[in-house]
Amino acid sequence: MAHEAQPEQHYNDAANVTNPEHASHHIVSPAQYAMVFATLLACTALTVFAADINLGVFNPIIALAIASFKGVIVILFFMHVKYQSKLIKVTVGAGFFMFLVLVTMTLSDYISRAWGLW
Amino acid sequence: MDSAIATTQAEHGIAEQQHEHVSVPQHRHHFATPEQQREAGSFGMWLFLLTEIMFFGGLFFAYLLFRNWYYDAFVTASNQLSVPLGAANTAILITSGFFMALAVWAAEVRKQTLLVLFLILTTLLGFAFLGIKADEYHEKYEKHHIPGASFDTSQFINPAAYGLSEKPLAPDAAQKTQLFFFLYFAMTGMHALHMVLGLGILFWLMIRAQRGDFSSGYVAPIENFGLYWHFVDIVWIFLFPLLYLINRHPLAH
Repeated sequence: MAHEAQPEQHYNDAANVTNPEHASHHIVSPAQYAMVFATLLACTALTVFAADINLGVFNPIIALAIASFKGVIVILFFMHVKYQSKLIKVTVGAGFFMFLVLVTMTLSDYISRAWGLW
Repeated sequence: MDSAIATTQAEHGIAEQQHEHVSVPQHRHHFATPEQQREAGSFGMWLFLLTEIMFFGGLFFAYLLFRNWYYDAFVTASNQLSVPLGAANTAILITSGFFMALAVWAAEVRKQTLLVLFLILTTLLGFAFLGIKADEYHEKYEKHHIPGASFDTSQFINPAAYGLSEKPLAPDAAQKTQLFFFLYFAMTGMHALHMVLGLGILFWLMIRAQRGDFSSGYVAPIENFGLYWHFVDIVWIFLFPLLYLINRHPLAH
């Protein structure tokens, strides 16, 4: 057989794995971390400042929007998810999606049953 | 032959001529490649963090629900917290997270001294956070704002007598401030417990980093602890606005 002439393939080689998801190890630079860090501090100052202004129903919405933005950049850069394989990205996304599903369904239960003081 | 360690030098030599093959000592034989091992590690760490999201998520949901049920009590109680202390702690925790991220970088580029230095800075800022938190807890203790038998509602029933501009609460509504403080202590306490555990692990990582364990290409423990530390950061990033900030301007109703 033609294959016999081929040298035995080394089993311990990344090239053997046909799964194309295996991303190479990406190193995030200190400069990039510093930019994320500065953005997080700026957002903290912004959310404290915004809380002092009376925006009615928008106060909690803006506070949560800023917190979500901060959370996302921590996840993407400090936690390297931007540079991970699709498996990791989908896992992280699925976790937060599942949490929102649970909150929505539990809340709709409480709202629709007139428990408590609604 | 089923083990990377058992690969003979002769086989290695042949293999290296044909592929760019690097054998690393941390590579376990049940993983086909070091890349697969690394991804499996990250995946497992993320699954653990998802259970943590569900764990803290229950507390966040309880806060969401009870803040709607007992809005006035939650507003009044929430405004007892110090925004400057909360904001300072947010900045401290973000800085701690920044140094943790730099520690991962130092391990990746194999700079042992910098790695140890960044782990120390991460730890110091973690202790600074807990110190401010302890000061806040002590203030609540002095004011009898810890839920339980010695809880004191007088400040919420008659705020003017304490020099506060809050709207006075009826005695039954004022009792509901205990629920706010219960959730405050449960959420920040669980967060603080996670930090205490993290600081313990940081000491262990520092000792191993000092020994040189993580500066020759083996980054996984630093990287996965980094994921944990950043997750604890994210919990606080949400706790700070929800507990300290969003009740500054109560809705009239």
